[in-house]
Amino acid sequence: MNTVNARSAGPDRGRLARTGGVVLLLAAAVALPFVSSSPYVLDIAIQMLFYMALALGLNVVVGYAGLLDLGYAAYFAVGAYTLGILTKTFQVNFWLALLAAGVFAMLLGSFIGMTVLRLRSDYLTMVTLGFGEIIRITANNLKITGGPTGIFGIMAPKVFGLSLGQPRNIYFVMLIVVVLSTIAMARLGNSRVGRAWACLREDQDAAEAMGINTLGYKLLAYLTGTFWGGLTGAFFAVKMTAVSPGSFSFMQSVTVLLAVVMGGMGSVPGVVLGGALVILLPEMLRAVSDWRYLVFGAALVLLMLFRPAGLWPARHAGKEEV
Amino acid sequence: MSQFLEQLLNALVIGSFYALVALGYSMVYGIIRLINFAHGDLYMLGAFFGYSALLLLGRISLGSGVTGVLLAMLIAMGMTGGLGVLVERVAYRPLRGAPRIIPLITALGMSLFLENAVMVFKPWGASFRVYPVTLGRAGFDLFGVHIGYAHLAIFAMALFLMVGLHLFVERSTYGKAMRAVAFDLEAAQLMGINANRMISLGFFLGSIMAAAAGVMAGLYYGQINFLMGFIVGLKAFTASVLGGIGNLPGAMVGGMLLGVLEVFGTSSVGGQWKDVFAFGALILILVFKPTGLLGERTAGRM
Repeated sequence: MNTVNARSAGPDRGRLARTGGVVLLLAAAVALPFVSSSPYVLDIAIQMLFYMALALGLNVVVGYAGLLDLGYAAYFAVGAYTLGILTKTFQVNFWLALLAAGVFAMLLGSFIGMTVLRLRSDYLTMVTLGFGEIIRITANNLKITGGPTGIFGIMAPKVFGLSLGQPRNIYFVMLIVVVLSTIAMARLGNSRVGRAWACLREDQDAAEAMGINTLGYKLLAYLTGTFWGGLTGAFFAVKMTAVSPGSFSFMQSVTVLLAVVMGGMGSVPGVVLGGALVILLPEMLRAVSDWRYLVFGAALVLLMLFRPAGLWPARHAGKEEV
Repeated sequence: MSQFLEQLLNALVIGSFYALVALGYSMVYGIIRLINFAHGDLYMLGAFFGYSALLLLGRISLGSGVTGVLLAMLIAMGMTGGLGVLVERVAYRPLRGAPRIIPLITALGMSLFLENAVMVFKPWGASFRVYPVTLGRAGFDLFGVHIGYAHLAIFAMALFLMVGLHLFVERSTYGKAMRAVAFDLEAAQLMGINANRMISLGFFLGSIMAAAAGVMAGLYYGQINFLMGFIVGLKAFTASVLGGIGNLPGAMVGGMLLGVLEVFGTSSVGGQWKDVFAFGALILILVFKPTGLLGERTAGRM
């Protein structure tokens, strides 16, 4: 009797602490623009939110399904360009353009996914790397994307009467996007689909033997990730009011990947933390900015050697119970 | 006709660089099933080691002749070979048996690390470096095309290295042991083969081929840069997939073929699409013939 009580009290207290922590963090996030009037602080905070959203999306591909995508910036770019072109050249409604950005990124993702996911999953790594370059070069050379200068003067839309041209408003919109994504991703990870992903990540042959449609689930993970990338890219275009090929380099993809790996592949709170850190740490180390990618590279190697589960590892549901 | 010949010569030289780098990808993949991202950077490092060696040899007035170039190439190959072995020892060996995504990420980190280490290293730096030795223009005319001896020498050197590697892997005892490890690591170990040593050997051989290509590319293009390995690495990977990954003659054929495809493709669609052409080829190969031209049937799903 006693032992049962003690056991059930433990997780309850843990949950209470966790809920408290989340509430505090959220309150701090909401208060931030009112406490600090510095545009610099707000800009860093917005960048962090973008990387959190991207890391949450990439985490589905890398963390949940165990597929390494090195061209994630391509989908981010496709989303940004889609929104830019639709709203500026064709005067499409913002919400429609936002949806189109996600869907279009997903369509391209399905082309890559169906091509490559049938094969060894490490081929995906190289193909996405090449695809990232293809998208960047294409954007650089096409007329509709504005060539090397890109598209500028994207009108900030009004959402519920608030103009997204205001940094504070875009901050709150991104905060809502990140909070909703966090909840959605955590639930997705714990769902039937999430368990299927975990199973195929750990042992594909076993997963297949259990009747899991491995190709279908890999595609599903990949498409979820690309859709998220496209959506985030669309918000990015709104925030910057301009998109150009320079914003979508290979290093962009690497930074998002580092956020996922550092935080902990498959761990939702981990990748949110990782998204914050990949922006904060380089900001704090401005004086040695030449060394940034050297440190990034070393960090990836050292993390994989000594702490492959990241700074905030995923809890594997099921293991602790029983 | 004369333009065609000129293009073909260019294609063969560029293709032989791809082929030499592709050999390393293919060999390492064949042995431990790892896409060694950092491999393109070993090509870059080879070029930089060659650059420094040529500068040093120039000081003792050895740097400009054929002997100097060959010596610099040997030095670069030795240094890069050692570095390749070191990379495997430090970054990949401890992770053998880990889920596949883990060593892939390490390899990516290693690649970033090597590139940026070269960038922050003062004597090499971030800007383009002009190679200390330029190729002579001497040559002969064939069908109205000027064919430089130096270009022919580069091509011949590449062929010599490839044939040498092929003979080593096919004929020598070490080569046989390496193939045994690639075929079945555990069984090879049970037969008394030191698998770790064979894996190191594979990395060494791949790295010296990449280094040779790097030095020759420095001579050919006349300038080098710390990012030169990124695109070449990706293209060499394409070449090894084109030939059938894990298959060494395939990597050579694939490299040459990719060089030809790229040079002639680019001349018909325009230079700004050059890289799109190569990566598009990679995607097309994976759609229509994922095993490559000479690949075995085992390259199925995994």
